[in-house]
Amino acid sequence: MRGPNDVGGLEDGPVDPSTHELAFWEKQIDGLRGVIGAKRIVISHENRRTIEQLGHDVYERLSYYERWTASLQRQMVDKGILTQDEIDARVALVRARLADTGELELSPEEEAKCR
Amino acid sequence: MSQHHHEHDHHHDHEHSHGHAHSPPQPDDKVHSYYQILGVALKELLIEKGVVTADEVRAAIEARDMITPAHGAKVVARAWVDPAFRERLMSDANAAVAELGFPMNTTELVALENTDEVHNVVVCTLCSCYPRELLGLPPSWYKSRAYRARIVREPREVLAEFGTLTPDSVELRVHDSTADLRYLVVPQRPAGSESLSEDELAALVTRDSMIGVTTVRA
Repeated sequence: MRGPNDVGGLEDGPVDPSTHELAFWEKQIDGLRGVIGAKRIVISHENRRTIEQLGHDVYERLSYYERWTASLQRQMVDKGILTQDEIDARVALVRARLADTGELELSPEEEAKCR
Repeated sequence: MSQHHHEHDHHHDHEHSHGHAHSPPQPDDKVHSYYQILGVALKELLIEKGVVTADEVRAAIEARDMITPAHGAKVVARAWVDPAFRERLMSDANAAVAELGFPMNTTELVALENTDEVHNVVVCTLCSCYPRELLGLPPSWYKSRAYRARIVREPREVLAEFGTLTPDSVELRVHDSTADLRYLVVPQRPAGSESLSEDELAALVTRDSMIGVTTVRA
């Protein structure tokens, strides 16, 4: 059976050749993934495997870097680096911050306090 | 956006003005999706746990931003003006691009030369494998389902959507990239470019021509 990513040779509509600048959050995930790859914590083959395992519904619904994010979550839990509970708690916190301040990200000063 | 892309957009609109609705908003356009929030949450947790540092992530983003298709264009222009370099590029692309200061990180690179008889075009049908060290991050369309699905099925039609008309006498070769193997198309040097310097030639070489969906014009 074809995995959700295995689309070569299928039918589809016209290719939209327009391009868009990556949003900051997309660059962040790309950068985060780059660092995690460079440290050999998750190699690119593992990244592809977890993306393929998202299943047809999720794969087709998500944008490219949304897939990477969902995949990164799975990898961190599978490898015991993060727990689902702490991820859920932090998502709630980021959501609350967004509602409160309109900011998704911490400022660099606040970020520095995290270390 | 460069003039180059305007031309594409224009062509695209013209080409598909009958019967095709405009594309719906892309998922990429959504503001603060759950996954954006999740991404921030993951980054913060990984920094707090010391798995990565904020500086490392920032440096990775900056390093990516520094890589543009100009790197690949220098490789192509050198191959056009220096037959010995062209020879090395075709036989051992990894060594040749490293010579110019653009080493591939971990992947094997193969250079594909377009000629009057053969036109090469590159895809990654399974994901988005791309010679990032030479061209930067892949454009949206390279990662799109439509391109990945159709370029191996009807390459001539897809090239036409990019404004590239190839006569039937030209053999089209579609190369499917993998996590371990990446491709760089060396487009044909355009007629009328004989008097141009290497730098002037490099300025003509576009990202899309090095993926193989367009040609280079003087």
